[in-house]
Amino acid sequence: MKAGAILRPAVILLLLALVLKPEWFVPLFAPLAPEGAPVIYARSSLLSLSLSHLGLVAAATAAATLVSVTLAILVTRDAGAAFRPLSRTITNMGQTFPPVAVLALAVPALGFGAGPTLVALFLYGLLPIFENSITGLSTLPPATMEAARGLGLNRWQRLIQVELPLALPVILTGIRLSFVISLGTATIGSTVAARTLGEVIIAGLLTSNTAYVLQGGLIVGLFAVVVYDALILLEARIARRSGMADPR
Amino acid sequence: MIEIDRITKVYNGVTAVDAVTMTAESGTITVIVGTSGSGKTTLLRMINRLEEPTSGEVRINGESTLATKPHLLRRRIGYAIQGHGLFPHHSVARNIGAVPRLLNWPKEKISARVDELLTLFSMEPDQFRDRFPAELSGGQQQRVGVARALASRPDVLLMDEPFGALDPIIRARAQDDLRRIQRALGSTIVLVTHDMEEAIRLGDMVAVMDGGQLVQHAPPAEIVTKPATGFVADMVGDMERPLRLLSLVPLSEVMEDGDAPGEALPADSSLRDALSACLWTGRTAVPVERDGLPAGRVTLDAIRARAELGA
Ligand SMILES: Nc1ncnc2c1ncn2[C@@H]1O[C@H](COP(=O)(O)OP(=O)(O)O)[C@@H](O)[C@H]1O
Ligand SMILES: [Mg+2]
Repeated sequence: MKAGAILRPAVILLLLALVLKPEWFVPLFAPLAPEGAPVIYARSSLLSLSLSHLGLVAAATAAATLVSVTLAILVTRDAGAAFRPLSRTITNMGQTFPPVAVLALAVPALGFGAGPTLVALFLYGLLPIFENSITGLSTLPPATMEAARGLGLNRWQRLIQVELPLALPVILTGIRLSFVISLGTATIGSTVAARTLGEVIIAGLLTSNTAYVLQGGLIVGLFAVVVYDALILLEARIARRSGMADPR
Repeated sequence: MIEIDRITKVYNGVTAVDAVTMTAESGTITVIVGTSGSGKTTLLRMINRLEEPTSGEVRINGESTLATKPHLLRRRIGYAIQGHGLFPHHSVARNIGAVPRLLNWPKEKISARVDELLTLFSMEPDQFRDRFPAELSGGQQQRVGVARALASRPDVLLMDEPFGALDPIIRARAQDDLRRIQRALGSTIVLVTHDMEEAIRLGDMVAVMDGGQLVQHAPPAEIVTKPATGFVADMVGDMERPLRLLSLVPLSEVMEDGDAPGEALPADSSLRDALSACLWTGRTAVPVERDGLPAGRVTLDAIRARAELGA
């Protein structure tokens, strides 16, 4: 807790500085740039790249959440139990199919830009959310579920008022994993002209400018750390509210 | 009044409940008792249709339970279970108000009812209504579970081993509370337990289940004195039979005029209490009082005579 209280603002400040005031870091990155080449990526603003990057990831994760949670709800009903293995296979395939291949396949259909990246991130993000949603929805306290039925809540009321709220912390863990994986994976979107922080890294690779690579990598990495941390805090809060975790 | 009419439940060829017929009168406690696996829970859950019977019918106040959609039926029947089943993410007030909310009671009426019930169960409303279940002791959680079952003033209350998770002392208190509250509200209660002691202490009628069948349905005194089968006799336990019998007889029944030394017992306490007081303090008789005034005495000889009567 103590370490977090100091480290957390420090990391956030560093991230903000890297995005908003990259020129402050010239002395740091200069040794890594080739002779005479620019040290700081300036072809587009790092802020707008960051926002576009985060936007893509957020949109893909939101879509993956919607689909995974809906699917998990369906296959955890009595009537949907038969489809559980099939839906597992499908989401597993989404994860094992390399995102690069998805990009390559999606470009002819969707053209260059954000579209193929969204598809790749969406497919890649399904599995963790789906698996966690199933776990959350099928490990609810049996006495509570029995009471919910016995008191006269109908199916829909049980789902909305009891099952989803109680499964929420576990579902959120899946969303966090998915979001953070996508944050890194989104960088490859820049190979098909999606506006992401991958642009900085790729520009660095093409011009052998390690300063760019480091700059892009650092920003993506710090975003991942900050988001991960924020979602963990949120999960702990919700778990505590729902009385499912020991108060810390 | 609950009429259970030749109700049967078969699971994959195994008969869990076998043509049970019995009636629970309004305003009484019927305790279903039996060993584990004898079909008690299944029988109870068929009353509010958490389990659909393979054959047979249940009528509540003359109306078949099949006439109402299951979840609507359940809102009219209180239900409390072992391990309380409280909603861990809802406050005590929200837990207790669950059924009134389903029935669309106005907010003020619900919160007034919540406070009334908390008070009834000796839990200070200001102190408890906003707590979460995890912030309560086991006994408090169980009381909130029962309060939740009573919230909408159902005339019928079903309870499945509601005190099973409590330690013996808290358990005895919870049983006394239930008895007191049931008398005050006039509810019809069907309670399941595997503990014959609890059945005899709580029941106006005791229904003994064995292998899915109802083997005896009688007042507690009759269960103790005239067990219908060897199984019932075993459940009562020969060793403690006289004591169990004594616990059913109030002092007023064998009280005689006269005086005795030492602390007095109230007239509605049982012969078992009197016996225990005699043995503990080395007296041969205890004074009895009614409403704080001396009413007579109960002697050890009278207690013994009464115990032998039942043997
Ligand atoms: N859902 C079920 N499916 C199959 N068998 C069941 C089910 N519920 C109960 N049983 C069986 O029915 C019998 C009675 O169970 P139950 O009513 O729970 O007994 P009790 O409450 O007296 O311990 C047991 O043999 C149990 O295994
Ligand atoms: Mg049972």
